[in-house]
Amino acid sequence: MKVDRRSFLSFVIGGAAGTALSPLPWKLIDDSSIWSQMWPWTPVPPDGEVVYEDSTCSLCPGGCGISVRKVDNRAVKIEGKKGHPVNDGGICILGLSGLQLLYGPTRIKTPMKRIGERGEGKWRKISWDEATAILTEKLTDIRNRGEAHTVAAIAESDSGTVPALLQRFMTAYGSPNFIRTSSQVDADELAVKTLFGATGRAGFDLENADYVLSFGAGLVDGWGSPVRMFRAGSLWKEKNVAVVQVEPRLSNSAAKATRWVPINPGTEADLALGIAAVLVSQNMVDTGGVSGFGSWKSDLLSNYPTQKVSQTTGVAADVIVDLAKGFAKADRPLALCGRGKGLVAGSLRETAAVYALNALAGNINRTGGMWAVPESDYIQWPKAATDKLASAGLRQPRIDGAGAGRYADSRYLPNRLADGVNGEGPYPLQVLLVAGANPCHDLPDSKNVRAAFARIPFIVSFSSFNDETSAMADLLLPDHVYLERYEDVPVGAGLARQVIGLSRPVVSAQFNTRHLGETVIAAARAMGGSIADAFPWPDYETCLEETLGEKWDTLMETGVWVENDIDPVADTVRLAGMDAPAIQAEGDVDRFPLLLVPYDSIRISGGTIGDPPFMIKTVADTVIKGKDGFVEVNPQTASAAGLTEGDMATLSTPRGEVRVRIHLFEGIKPGVAAMARGLGHTAYDGYLAEKGVNVNELIGPVEDPSSGHDAAWGIRAKLAKA
Amino acid sequence: MSTLDDKAKGVMDDDAAHAEGGEDTGAGGFIILFFIIGFAASMVLGWVVFPQFLYSQKQQPFSFNHALHVGEVGDGCESCHFFREDGSFSGIPKLAQCTECHEEPMGETEDEAIFVEQYVTRDREVPWLSYSRQPDCVFFSHVAHVVGAKMDCVTCHGHIGESESSRPYEYNRVTGYSRDIWGKNIAGFKRNSWDRMKMDDCAQCHKEAGIIHTSSVQTERDACFVCHK
Ligand code: SF4
Repeated sequence: MKVDRRSFLSFVIGGAAGTALSPLPWKLIDDSSIWSQMWPWTPVPPDGEVVYEDSTCSLCPGGCGISVRKVDNRAVKIEGKKGHPVNDGGICILGLSGLQLLYGPTRIKTPMKRIGERGEGKWRKISWDEATAILTEKLTDIRNRGEAHTVAAIAESDSGTVPALLQRFMTAYGSPNFIRTSSQVDADELAVKTLFGATGRAGFDLENADYVLSFGAGLVDGWGSPVRMFRAGSLWKEKNVAVVQVEPRLSNSAAKATRWVPINPGTEADLALGIAAVLVSQNMVDTGGVSGFGSWKSDLLSNYPTQKVSQTTGVAADVIVDLAKGFAKADRPLALCGRGKGLVAGSLRETAAVYALNALAGNINRTGGMWAVPESDYIQWPKAATDKLASAGLRQPRIDGAGAGRYADSRYLPNRLADGVNGEGPYPLQVLLVAGANPCHDLPDSKNVRAAFARIPFIVSFSSFNDETSAMADLLLPDHVYLERYEDVPVGAGLARQVIGLSRPVVSAQFNTRHLGETVIAAARAMGGSIADAFPWPDYETCLEETLGEKWDTLMETGVWVENDIDPVADTVRLAGMDAPAIQAEGDVDRFPLLLVPYDSIRISGGTIGDPPFMIKTVADTVIKGKDGFVEVNPQTASAAGLTEGDMATLSTPRGEVRVRIHLFEGIKPGVAAMARGLGHTAYDGYLAEKGVNVNELIGPVEDPSSGHDAAWGIRAKLAKA
Repeated sequence: MSTLDDKAKGVMDDDAAHAEGGEDTGAGGFIILFFIIGFAASMVLGWVVFPQFLYSQKQQPFSFNHALHVGEVGDGCESCHFFREDGSFSGIPKLAQCTECHEEPMGETEDEAIFVEQYVTRDREVPWLSYSRQPDCVFFSHVAHVVGAKMDCVTCHGHIGESESSRPYEYNRVTGYSRDIWGKNIAGFKRNSWDRMKMDDCAQCHKEAGIIHTSSVQTERDACFVCHK
């Protein structure tokens, strides 16, 4: 039998005919189409029972109520809780991305001990028992040597039971060094104390104001309680409320305002006092609620004549008068301050000047005005008894110098921590406990901070995430993330009422982490003696329930406790605190002809939490492109340096030098450069790490002469073609 | 003239010689034979070998006796496969449901022992393999069919409620989905309404109950988005 060409072809044709009449091709076509619709990496939410669990978001100080949609035990979406007194159903992009923090790859999953060099990332997993033992042995050893004061703790907040437990631990242990990270809250507390003579905070009845004068506050860029601000913004639009944004740069808040008043950076206090001078000279003030007006008035009028203020601020004299008139004519005008999100403490002079405007408008403790809200006082624990060692430690000065000498008016000075550790402090620091803070990224002058951290022999991080500070730690004791834990969330953030939210576990702990409150109680108990006695609770939940007392039931039922009826700390404003010199930018004008100012964006998380992947994707490619960060300059500034859009340039300041790309922006004054804050992470995941530049590499702290708080609003800088 | 031309001529002559000489070498028979061989081989490949390769099998974690359970419960299928308050369908029961009765082993079968030891005491969900799971792009509402259209379970799922053991789970190696969706018959023929669960089968029934399934104005039938969200 000869298999020739024709036979072969015939075989093939027969095969083709047979195949066509068999299911093979048709089935494969069908299957491959299904296969191509069902890529295994396409995320498909699981099928199951849908439930909503309510809790409180604590990713920023905003305190929004959230409703988490779950399918069986998997949280699949975070929504704003409808009817909540803070956010009424709204949510911000960070709150929305919270599940990526819960389930994402940046979690620290178990307690760990460093085994490699610092920052090398080599760890050994340990048990919680071993972790607690390492910590308590170390601390006991130091304390027994009479050096309890050489231990410091830094936390993002000092209100609520968890920070209070940590503070209590420090006291019982014998260290004066509990430090709260800096924010506008520092200047706000000091201004309230100076003007009202009592402790409290300012609250703003924004929803009822009919004229808003913002001195750089990022009204829709994350200032105060961000979602509340979005809602207030919409309300102002509806009611045709005039919103004036005073800011050197055309930010989103400025673009959304009814009027943008560009100003020379750092001169907001001068403008506020200039406006006050116009109000006073034209008899447009209500002095019913102020004291010390007589002497203040003459200083004001002689120091802030409109022409001079116009020269300092770069705002035309007629605009200043116009703003004063607008403010005076309104029934319920409100002046606000705190640059951007209010991440820097700021100066007393500026805060007091702006609050004084509210006082002169007769708008204190009134509907639509500024309220002197008392601090929440639900934590009523008996004072922790201190033994001899503790008392000796507590008598020592603080490492940051706060509360004594020239810094007598401040409570915490995190901006002085690095210098304190680097040799300016009264003693070397032996242990640093870091809770809910990321000082290695967030403190100004990163180089100095890194040097300080390198000098601290033992660093303990309670962070849930692989952030820059936990990378530098020796012991990791990861906390649950907010969706896994119980916690009270007292909300300040400029609310004109008292609000406490309850954070509740929406899902069970995903990894081998432990509630910080639990860790503190366990450590105290392990140390025994008066330290253990200060912590009578068997566990954190008992502590929380007992502390909240009657509020507990309300909180468990509705998730939030509200007191609308505010009993203000005082009604009269003493006009003071405004005579300190203006805060100047660091650097020599000849060597550094430009001014660099950081700016905040709602799309870039500015606090301890780094941008989750969803969020970083929304940042425009004129802010970061690939790994490169941008600096915004006016086209005039750029062309003077021979630079055009997208060019690579070297940006240097007295504190550091970085490579950046140029973004030309007409909405910024010539001679000023602006850079987004919150980028340039080196830790976290591939979505965030190494993207853009950390502006803290370039800016150092500038002390407010009244308090020592960091009042830096910018720094002198130089741009050159790279 | 080139050598190529010479060659071409030679071939032509050759062919002509065969034709003219009428010498039948039997090539025609061979051609048919080869056609038949090719045809038969590909038919065997397509109908017999291909399905063997296309599908793979897995065993359920342990065997489940539907018939026994239906006899024990009061409300038929819905006793275990119920609708939640929001109308969503619970599907295969979760461990918590089973343990309402099976806290302790019930009966002495090997399967019961596996269930209690491996899952109940360890508080682990049983990783059942679902025979009727539709692809992810399909949005299927049980409540619309069972409560709304008053269909019974058998129409789509057959007499699974009468089964005494769990048959092996067969799945398509290309798509990863259960064989029950295409149906046991590789050609796609079906005798019963529950033999296949492809879109055509949905469409067939929807066409029969045509009056209410007219969400698409153009086709006066159900629009794509009714099932594909
Ligand atoms: S504004 Fe703050 S509290 Fe509110 S959802 Fe966003 S991150 Fe959470």
